[in-house]
Parts: sequence; C-alpha cells; structure tokens
Amino acid sequence: MAIRTKVMKRKEMTWWDQTYLPMLFGGLAITSKHFFVNGFYQTLRLFGLHKFYKGSVTFQYPEEQRPLSKRTRTRHRLTQRPDGTPRCVACMMCETVCPARCINIVAGEHPDPNIEKYPVSFDLDLGMCVYCGFCVEVCPEDAIRMDTHILDTASYSREGMKLDLHKMLSAKGAATPAEPAR
Amino acid sequence: MSADLAGFLIKLAIAGGFFGMVLNLAGLLTWVERKQSAVMQDRLGANRAHVVFPKWLFPLNWLVWLPNQLGLFHSLADAVKMFLKEDFVPDGADKFLHTLAPMISVVFALLAFSAIPFGDVWHVGGRDVALQVADVNAGLLFVFAMMSLGVYGVILAGFSSNNNYAYLGGMRAASQMLSYEITMGISIMGIVLSYGSLSLQEIVKHQGGTFFGWLPAWGIFVQPLAFFLFMTAALAETKRVPFDLPEGESEIIGYFVEYSGMKFGMFFLTDLVETVLVACLMTTFFFGGWQVPYLSAAGFHFPWGAEIAVTHGAYILLGVLSFMIKVAFFNWLFMQIRWTLPRFRYDQLMHLGWKILFPASLVNVLVTSLVVAWRAS
Repeated sequence: MAIRTKVMKRKEMTWWDQTYLPMLFGGLAITSKHFFVNGFYQTLRLFGLHKFYKGSVTFQYPEEQRPLSKRTRTRHRLTQRPDGTPRCVACMMCETVCPARCINIVAGEHPDPNIEKYPVSFDLDLGMCVYCGFCVEVCPEDAIRMDTHILDTASYSREGMKLDLHKMLSAKGAATPAEPAR
Repeated sequence: MSADLAGFLIKLAIAGGFFGMVLNLAGLLTWVERKQSAVMQDRLGANRAHVVFPKWLFPLNWLVWLPNQLGLFHSLADAVKMFLKEDFVPDGADKFLHTLAPMISVVFALLAFSAIPFGDVWHVGGRDVALQVADVNAGLLFVFAMMSLGVYGVILAGFSSNNNYAYLGGMRAASQMLSYEITMGISIMGIVLSYGSLSLQEIVKHQGGTFFGWLPAWGIFVQPLAFFLFMTAALAETKRVPFDLPEGESEIIGYFVEYSGMKFGMFFLTDLVETVLVACLMTTFFFGGWQVPYLSAAGFHFPWGAEIAVTHGAYILLGVLSFMIKVAFFNWLFMQIRWTLPRFRYDQLMHLGWKILFPASLVNVLVTSLVVAWRAS
C-alpha cells in the first residue's frame, strides 16, 4: 500500500496580518466586549436590579455551593429502617471489598430473629477512603450510600476524619428519593 | 515675606494634593487590575476583604457595604501585608544597593510627575496659581530624564541581589529600556517640533481650539503615528505584560526575586505609578491635557453655534476633571492591553523596537520637520 501524504494548505499571512495589528485590535475588542457586558450585569446584580445573568461563570464557593450531579460520590451515610435503626446487617461485604480498608465493622446479634446481625460499631476513616463507591455497589441491603453531597471534609487531626455509626446515621441524603420502606 | 510664605504653602498644598492623588490612584490600580482582569475573564474577582464594624456602629456598616462588595479593601489588606512581612536581604547581596534600588525606582517615577500640568493657571485672590507642581521650561526633558533614571533602580536590584535570575532580569530591563527609550524620545520630537516648546504647560496650551471648527486640536490629530509609537514605547517603559521581559513571571521571576515586604511593594508600586505617569504623559501630549473640547477661558463654543459661558472657577475645575477622566481612560486602556496580549519573545521585542518602531519614529520626525519648515517658509 502506497503511503499517501496529505498536504495541509496553510493560509499565507498577508502583509496586513504580519503587522500584528488586526489580531491586536481583534483581541482587544473581544476582551473589551467581555469587560463591558460582564461589568454591566455584575453591576446590576450588585444592586439587586437583575437576577438572570450572573456576568461570571464562577461560584463564590463557601457561600454558594457548586451544583453537583445526582451521581456524585460524596461523604457516606447509613440508611435507616422505619424505626430509626440502621438498615445495615453487618454482613462485612463493604469492609471486604473496600480497597482502601477504611471500613471497620463490629457485628452483634440482633434481637429480632428475622434479622441476623446488626453493627455494634461502624467506623469509616475518611482520611483513608478513596471514594470509589464499591461499598455502595456491593451492599445487599442498600444500607450505605454516598449521596450526602458533603464535600468539604477537613480536620486538624486524623481522629477528626473518622466517622462513627452515629455520624453516619444522622447524615441526610441529598438529591435521592427516600429509601423504600422494607 | 508673608506673600512668599503663602506662595510656598500653596505650592506645598498643590504638590501634596497631586502626589497624594497619584499614589492613591496607583494603590487603587492594584484593585483595578484584579477586578478588571476578573470581569474580562468572566469572573467576579476580589470580593473577600471585608471591613465589618460592631453592631452599634451600624451606620458605618452601611457606609462600607459597597467597598466590601467591590473588594476595595483588598488594596488596604495588601499594604498591611507588605508592611508586616519580613524584610529579607539575601546572603552575599550588597545590602546598601539592595536597599537603595527600590527607593531609586519609586522616587524617580514620582519625581517625573512634578512637571505635569493638571490644570490651567488659576487666578484666585489676586494670585496666579499654576496647577502644576513645577513649571519647568524644559519639562519634557525633565520627565524623560526621570523616567530614564528610574531604570537604574531596576538594574541595581538585578545586580545587587546575588541571584542569577535577578541578574538576568536586570540585564533584560537594561536592554529593553534602552531600546524603547530611544523610540519614545524620538517619537515625541514630532510633538515638540509641531508645538515649538519643551514646556508641558505650553504644549497643552497649544492643544486648545479646534481644527476645521469641529475637531479638537489635540496632539493625536497632529501626530497620529507618533501617538501609536509613543504608546507602544511607553507601555514597554512600564515593564508590564506585553513587555514584561524583565519580570517574566513564568520563566525568571525577574529583577525583584530577592525582594520581600515593602521593598517588593515599592517595585510593585513603581510599576503602577509608571502606568499612571505614562497615562498622564499620553494625556498631556496627545489628548490635550486639561483641555476640554470646545471650552476656552470664555466658555463653551460648540461647532453648531451654541455658546455657554462658564465662570473662571468652573473653567479650571472642568479642566482638572477632564485631565483626570483622560488619565483614568488611559489607565483602563493599559490594563485592558495588559490582560489581553501575551508576552513578546525576546527577539520579537528587539525586532519591534529597533527595526519597526525606531525607523518609523525617524520617518515621523523627518516628515514633521519638512512640514514645519514648509509652513514656516
């Protein structure tokens, strides 16, 4: 097979182009347009006269959270039964599948004979978690979810990064429908 | 004796007022730079530095609402930060020259302002007050001398820091300033030839009146080529972005690598003061200084025949206002250019300076001389 060469035709720069002036003024026109249009809308917004256009594409982070996708994996939570006890049956699936080994469950015997076990403690170390979501995928009981949309996890100590059963149960889910009563 | 003292005090007030204005404008430019670049780039920009008074001082809180929203206190926070930082002199640096360099930079940049007229002569209380710090009859030469001397600060900073990057920055500054100073000097010769004076006040006075009855007789219409040449060269003099080779943030940090605290702040301020200075010079030479279109000492005289008489005080005030608006416009334009254009490569810079701007300015002087000689004969 013969090698075919495609010759790209590049546009020759005219003398006028080579002076750099058309590009210079074109660039200034673009930036000036942005300046005046954005400045106009930002000024209107500042005095509360206008809401729709922001005049900027950024989010003012701590006050204004960035809209997240429903499927974004964020901080974990444990779902509850209608009576408020954890849905988790301490099957250790998540602990086993976790690649970062950040989950540590201690199982106990559940008083209800229909439910085998319950977690006495459910510790999750966010400092080690890689947010892969395997624990959510593997859970047979839909007991662990990563839908709280809490992203700003920060602490001064390693201990502060650890979640216990209570913290995980009390977190609220965002953007997902309530778990079905089973 | 008492009359002299009064004159001295008036001069002092004018000098203080003008330099205060310039320094405040330069300080404000740090904010303008952030905000303007942000608005251009679809961002909001500086809005984090807030001043909040206790609840019982709530009227003050209403007062600072707008500056808070606009982030105006960022300049103030910057100044506080600069003053509180450690003043560092690197090992092996020449301590004397290292300390002297930023002072040279800022002092000469500020001195150049003293020859710039920001208003007409004000007749008040039987006294003629020139709204100019010093009416130097060779003001143009004085301004250029000060601008050239300011380069020494940059070069000294580069050479005394005992740092190769700073040294490179200093070298680049030296060659760049040298190349563009020549163009700047020669391009302005056209203006000097046209108006026949080196005094800035005289140059501004010549720019009153109109051409053809409707076009303001500003320098830009007399010397359009010189305007562009001078603007390019002057932008290069300010060492800001299209021409920031001496600084070159992304490659060598520049001549002020080894500076910290307020010494660095002084270099930073010098850049902005020079921007204001260049804006003032552009206004003075090419945009009629304090001249208001169609306004003479008698009052407005519009091309369509309308006439509005103004008092002397209003005439002076309008002149000063017009000067300030023009300077603000040029500052805006320079910021816009600074945030639009990328940095030149070094050979492009030298090519532009020596092979394009320099011959063009020579041709401009030649043509202007011929026209002036032809008109005189």
